[in-house]
Amino acid sequence: MDLFEHQAKELFAEYGVPVPTGKVAHTPQEARAIAEELFSAGGKKVVVKAQVKTGGRGKAGGVKLADNADEAEDLAGRILGMDIKGHTVHKVLIEEGSAIAQEYYFSFLLDRANRTFLSICSVEGGVEIEEVPHDRLALVPISPLEGVDRARARAIAEQGRLPEEALDGAAELIERLWAVFIDEDATLVEVNPLILTADGQVKALDGKVTLDDNAGFRQEHDKLEDKAATDPLEAAAKAKDLNYVKLDGTVGIIGNGAGLVMSTLDVVSYAGEDFGGQKPANFLDIGGGASAEVMADSLEIVLSDADVKSVFVNVFGGITACDAVANGIVTAYKLLAERGETVNRPLVVRLDGNNAELGREILSDAALPGVERVDTMDEAAKRAAELAAAGA
Amino acid sequence: MMAIWLTENSKIIVQGMTGSEGMKHSRRMLAAGAQVVGGVNARKAGTSVDFDGTNLPVFGTVAEAMAETGADVSVVFVPPKFTKDAAIEAIDAEIPLAVVITEGMPVHDTAVFWAHAGAKGDKTRIIGPNCPGIASPGKSNAGIIPADITTPGRIGLVSKSGTLTYQMMYELRDIGFSTCVGIGGDPIIGTTHIDALQAFQDDPETDAIVMIGEIGGDAEERAAAYVEKNVTKPVVGYVAGFTAPEGKTMGHAGAIVSGSAGTAQAKKEALEKVGVRVGKTPSETAVLMREIMKNL
Repeated sequence: MDLFEHQAKELFAEYGVPVPTGKVAHTPQEARAIAEELFSAGGKKVVVKAQVKTGGRGKAGGVKLADNADEAEDLAGRILGMDIKGHTVHKVLIEEGSAIAQEYYFSFLLDRANRTFLSICSVEGGVEIEEVPHDRLALVPISPLEGVDRARARAIAEQGRLPEEALDGAAELIERLWAVFIDEDATLVEVNPLILTADGQVKALDGKVTLDDNAGFRQEHDKLEDKAATDPLEAAAKAKDLNYVKLDGTVGIIGNGAGLVMSTLDVVSYAGEDFGGQKPANFLDIGGGASAEVMADSLEIVLSDADVKSVFVNVFGGITACDAVANGIVTAYKLLAERGETVNRPLVVRLDGNNAELGREILSDAALPGVERVDTMDEAAKRAAELAAAGA
Repeated sequence: MMAIWLTENSKIIVQGMTGSEGMKHSRRMLAAGAQVVGGVNARKAGTSVDFDGTNLPVFGTVAEAMAETGADVSVVFVPPKFTKDAAIEAIDAEIPLAVVITEGMPVHDTAVFWAHAGAKGDKTRIIGPNCPGIASPGKSNAGIIPADITTPGRIGLVSKSGTLTYQMMYELRDIGFSTCVGIGGDPIIGTTHIDALQAFQDDPETDAIVMIGEIGGDAEERAAAYVEKNVTKPVVGYVAGFTAPEGKTMGHAGAIVSGSAGTAQAKKEALEKVGVRVGKTPSETAVLMREIMKNL
């Protein structure tokens, strides 16, 4: 899960990482009140920053300086509701302006290739990290067994060629960011820019944090979730423990195993090209079990998407053999009927693998309304796309 | 016939054998002909579990289980919050192969046990986490790969995805496989595509290799570079997730396209550039492999 900048900075502050004083506003009036507070505390300028989980906010006009509270209110009014790369701005961060002497770059992240952690530090910050020449970036591997103490933190800052006057402050800040990275189960902690102020302080002027969803059992990350932006269908699926991602097509997809479902999305997209560009409406991985209840829940979620015109159930019977999957589908129809739901769109089912013949027979014998059996993945995808086009 | 990493002589213990998943799959592994010789659970040490007439002892530690049974493979089925400790125990006991099936492990825990394995001199090969395991059809099976969907043969298979592994094993069941390795889709994994490619290249009983990847990271690109320099056997590839949108995690914790990195298209191009034929769908990939095996 990616955090908003203000959430990242609130987290930083909890760990003693210096950040500018600021608060979040959801309306221009709130922005004005926060700005007034900052000015009366002696601030010379305030910054109004769009809170969206994407880069390039500055270029899009989502970050502006204000000289007084009136201006802050006006800017907040213009930035709120703005669309930045498909993300609508629902809140702005109002912060004291910082007197920036220099801008640097710092991050901790996963190094997949080397199967360890990595820190990146550079004396050049405030620009996209991809634009910094490689010889100006220090890439320092961090052993998960050793971690980062103050001395190590200072060495990283030195390798990033930070100037002498910034080293003490940067070392302290980096050591604390390491605590954020480890204690919060983060996969990315990025500060760009890390600044040296005119009066010699080192501060995190921006913050980007990604948290590991798998660490939920030992973290309280739920409270950081952006409920407003979560698709209602995704939220409903999550409540039922289903691995569902909403997409924007017309063919509902239910399958077992992340790889097979991803592959199903591809095959349906290819097949859909011949039927007016039909595309998958979702990703839904029901995992290994494929029980009747999971199948019923899955059908319920997929069919509650009004854009769905047909559903493709693509299951490979491995551990759970196809006869069990077929029985699951039959029982799922009964469960749905008990819940007062009707399956009112066509379903294409492809069963392959263990006991495929038996599973197919069960489906044929049950003669569920609207269910068609197609025995290969490619042909089934084609049929599902065709039905979606017909139903659109 | 040979195989990589897992043979008919492999002796398997199961960490978490007494749990529901551990029980279910220990039974399945035994049914597939694998030599499962015991389980590990500190709280149930000294007891035993009956699997349809095969009575397996439960040991307190991996080291004890190895000493008593001569086990050289451990399959880990414990829940995510205990998996790091279980893996470290297996590494400390210097078991040659640890297969970590557990799904949903925090990546920091994986990073720690991987670093621990390195610090201990890399005596343990780790497969996983979040993987279906490894099967050498007709010989042995360590994990949850269904044994009965394919036959022994001369194709090697390495895959990030479980069900796509099964799909490929099934489509090419008439030709058969030497070994099938599911390496898992997490951001940090023990055994990589490259490790498997190297082992298959060195295995005299493997003639050709299928490599299945998916979006996220650059493991496939690195594997392509490895193939160019080191693999002379024919390789066929498949990559899932061509139509996955940017920024959405597709089921596996590692399967996400971020910016221009990790796309299926980039992976396909990297593989094709070094002569790997890449199928557009799983069935087309199977057809490509079929042609190769026919012409060998």
